[in-house]
Amino acid sequence: MQLLSLAIWTPIVFGVLLLALGRDEHARLVRWFALLGAVLSFGLTLPLYVQFDNGTAAMQFVENLPWISRFNVNYHLGIDGISIWFVVLTAFITVVVVIAGWEVITERVNQYMGAFLVLSGLMVGVFCALDGMLFYVFFEATLIPMYLIIGVWGGPNKIYAAFKFFLYTLLGSLLMLVALIYLYIASEGSFDLATWQQLPLAATPQTLLFFAFFAAFAVKVPMWPVHTWLPDVHVEAPTGGSAVLAAIMLKLGAYGFLRFSLPIAPDAAHEWAWLMLTLSVIAVVYVGLVAIVQQDMKKLVAYSSVAHMGFVTLGFFIFSELGVSGAIVQMIAHGFVSAAMFLCIGVLYDRVHSREIASYGGVVNRMPKFAAFAVLFAMANCGLPGTAGFVGEWMVILAAVKFNFWLGLLAASALIFGAAYTLWMVKRVYLGPVVNQDVEALQDINAREFLMLGLLAAAVLWMGIYPKPFTDVMHVSVSELLEHVALSKLPL
Amino acid sequence: MMNSVNWMTALPEICLLSMACVITLVDLWVTSKDRTLTYVLTLLTLLAVAVMYAMNASTGQTLYGFGQMVVSDAMGNWLKCFATLAVMVTLVYSRPYASDRKMLVGGELFLLSMFSLLGMSVMISGNHFLVIYLGLELLTLSSYALVALRRDNGNATEAAMKYFVLGALASGFLLYGLSMMYGATGSLELSSVFQAISSGHIKHQVLVLGVVFVVCGIAFKLGAAPFHMWVPDIYQGAPTAVTLMIAAAPKLAAFAMMMRLLVDGMLPLAIDWQQMMMVLAVLSLLIGNLSAIAQTNLKRMLAFSTIAQMGFVLIGMLSGVNQGNTLSAANAYSSAMFYMISYVLTTLGVFGVILLLAREGFESEEISDLAGLNQRSPLFAGVMAVCLFSLAGVPPLVGFFAKLSVLQALLASEQLSSLVLAVFAVLMSLVGAFYYLRVIKVMYFDPPLTATTVSSQSHVKVVLAANGGLVLLLGVLPGGLMSLCAVAVVQALGT
Repeated sequence: MQLLSLAIWTPIVFGVLLLALGRDEHARLVRWFALLGAVLSFGLTLPLYVQFDNGTAAMQFVENLPWISRFNVNYHLGIDGISIWFVVLTAFITVVVVIAGWEVITERVNQYMGAFLVLSGLMVGVFCALDGMLFYVFFEATLIPMYLIIGVWGGPNKIYAAFKFFLYTLLGSLLMLVALIYLYIASEGSFDLATWQQLPLAATPQTLLFFAFFAAFAVKVPMWPVHTWLPDVHVEAPTGGSAVLAAIMLKLGAYGFLRFSLPIAPDAAHEWAWLMLTLSVIAVVYVGLVAIVQQDMKKLVAYSSVAHMGFVTLGFFIFSELGVSGAIVQMIAHGFVSAAMFLCIGVLYDRVHSREIASYGGVVNRMPKFAAFAVLFAMANCGLPGTAGFVGEWMVILAAVKFNFWLGLLAASALIFGAAYTLWMVKRVYLGPVVNQDVEALQDINAREFLMLGLLAAAVLWMGIYPKPFTDVMHVSVSELLEHVALSKLPL
Repeated sequence: MMNSVNWMTALPEICLLSMACVITLVDLWVTSKDRTLTYVLTLLTLLAVAVMYAMNASTGQTLYGFGQMVVSDAMGNWLKCFATLAVMVTLVYSRPYASDRKMLVGGELFLLSMFSLLGMSVMISGNHFLVIYLGLELLTLSSYALVALRRDNGNATEAAMKYFVLGALASGFLLYGLSMMYGATGSLELSSVFQAISSGHIKHQVLVLGVVFVVCGIAFKLGAAPFHMWVPDIYQGAPTAVTLMIAAAPKLAAFAMMMRLLVDGMLPLAIDWQQMMMVLAVLSLLIGNLSAIAQTNLKRMLAFSTIAQMGFVLIGMLSGVNQGNTLSAANAYSSAMFYMISYVLTTLGVFGVILLLAREGFESEEISDLAGLNQRSPLFAGVMAVCLFSLAGVPPLVGFFAKLSVLQALLASEQLSSLVLAVFAVLMSLVGAFYYLRVIKVMYFDPPLTATTVSSQSHVKVVLAANGGLVLLLGVLPGGLMSLCAVAVVQALGT
């Protein structure tokens, strides 16, 4: 077995075993087994980083086996500087999520843990797939566990949220499926991504393909105006589900832009960049403003996710190395920070059972350790230098200013909104005097919660203070991608 | 050799017929309430017949017998093998249900199932208009009787009546079309019909009129819109065990009938029948999916979902010939075959769960009856969920690859019209996802209405788990079945 296959299948095997054999009578055993699976899977991703060669843009750890010979579909895996950190991030977040669900989930523990482990393996698969059909299978298969996670363990309006999530994202990806089949026929029988990236395509097919991929990925990112599912789903999903959704599932869409839209339809990407930039800036500015007025903490963080993902797509469509690298760094940083924000809300929700900002006030008096973490993550969310959030945003803004001063200015203004909604929430929830009985009765975080938030805090600080490991690996791959995208694929 | 009888081509069918007669006699002495001896003998016979079919299929030979009236080729043998297995699985799921409902007072359930399987086999083997028609009649007559098996039940009797009247009408259509083709071509044997049509000497209008009736007859049997009216009523009214008997295996025979009549016999008229199928496919997808949303009865919802699924099969069938070019024919028809086989496998799982949840005096056929199933039995809920996700076309389940291969065959023509149809089909499958998801929602998200535990015999549970597992396994590794279909269809077209 190769490393990438191990990284994909270890969590899936653990998850399936939990689903098949786990019983609520042995909940304790189930939890430890799930943790073992998650930690083992995370451990298996570390050699990927250690053995990774920064000097080449070629795919590494490649595995290529025939899968469905009739359609020439191959089990083709590999990672480059763009995808490697997402593999590690996915496995890391899964460990945190298993810890987060430890005491909170008491019913059908095996199904909860199993679903997250299977989901983790599938998402790693999306980041590793170099075959269009393999990518699609992993990409779509993630819907099944997430649908069940939201629907079974979610909040009061969970059913609406689960359906909205599933159908919204399915609509986008079905159009992508037609695009994949079109490419398969146009390339005379190949699902290989590298072949597709070299395939010359006329202007009209490129535009159609670009928008078919856009339908799939923009919904997943989500870009304005197809972002409306995200707040609804985040509010109803269980804490772990929200964390995985924000930290990783949104990145699947953004990653799709880098792997499919840009290299396969570069001319269309350049032609429609103005539209993408406009939508991104609207996401950054308008959705940022929407976030300010939210009453519900989870909704606020959900809107803040949309705004942050706006930075990501903004960085992509500037087509400069700084912009694209900044966007990728922003994706990783947002993975840590948004997961941490949702887990913080989860910590409060487990105790008070309310997500309303108005139900809290003066939490710092009762939970000083927890408040320290929460404020750190809030600072990272508004992009304070020295935290993970700063690096990516700063790179994207710099690239935007170089590209067009006014675009840069608009993007930079978002930092102000970001600070406004995050800090205002911090003020209302954590600072000030204790406002009611519920807050008075709060207990500070226990060792388990400390561990889970501590892991994320370490990651956030490390990435903010020393981002070199993150930027170094992607440098060559990103410049290779941009060189490729700069070449026209129109037939002469 | 060409005109000799060649008994070997029909050996499995002859065994099936003889054993059916023997079991009829043995059943007279069976006294047990559950008809254990009849059940075991039937399963053993079917297993033996399935093995024979598989052995014939794996030789890869095409043999003709009874003066070219019967053909034994890989496609036919595989379809017969899968149909036999489907009937076996149906009987395993049905016995507890039938036993609770006094349907096992005599051994008719098993015997009529065997005769309907015989009808399917004859239909699949037919290389001659009359043989195909005889097989079809044997199948449908057995099915009418099966639907009426609970003769004291009003719904079942009504369903049987409707099925009989509409089925007879459909047979009439088909026979009328076939007689017109006979009148025009002067032959009942498929390859002579093919040659007569491709000679170009026959007036096109006459042939097209014949094809219209043949296609109508086939659409009736498949349950494609606008000839779908009987499907919901029969699915809902018939005892669930019989619904499964009608819903699963006969679809394979209907596919074979389509292949034999339209492809083996009338391929030169493809441009005409493909257009008709385009209309049938669009209407089936539209009516099936939209009507299914409104249903509260699970069996009725599945009936409409079947109509929609048949729309996808028709998409595969209509992609074969593109502007007179038959290069992609094998690709298209094998995708339709793959779709049909995966549909049958999935349907068995869905109805299996419904059958096993039913108890004495409780039918378990409303969607709400499944509430909280996950808490009552994770295995049953899991199998049901896997099958429903497969029907909705979510990877990595077999239904996704079925849809993929059909859409790929459709888009291979590189026409704008096929692109539009493909986008329409995927949008309709989005609608379809909604009602499949709703059932999963009821099973997983709603609290159970009753605390009754679900129990069934262990061998039935094993079959059910294997059925669900196969839906997943064929999704993860679909290559084998796909190439099996491809090889079989290429061979069928080559002769």
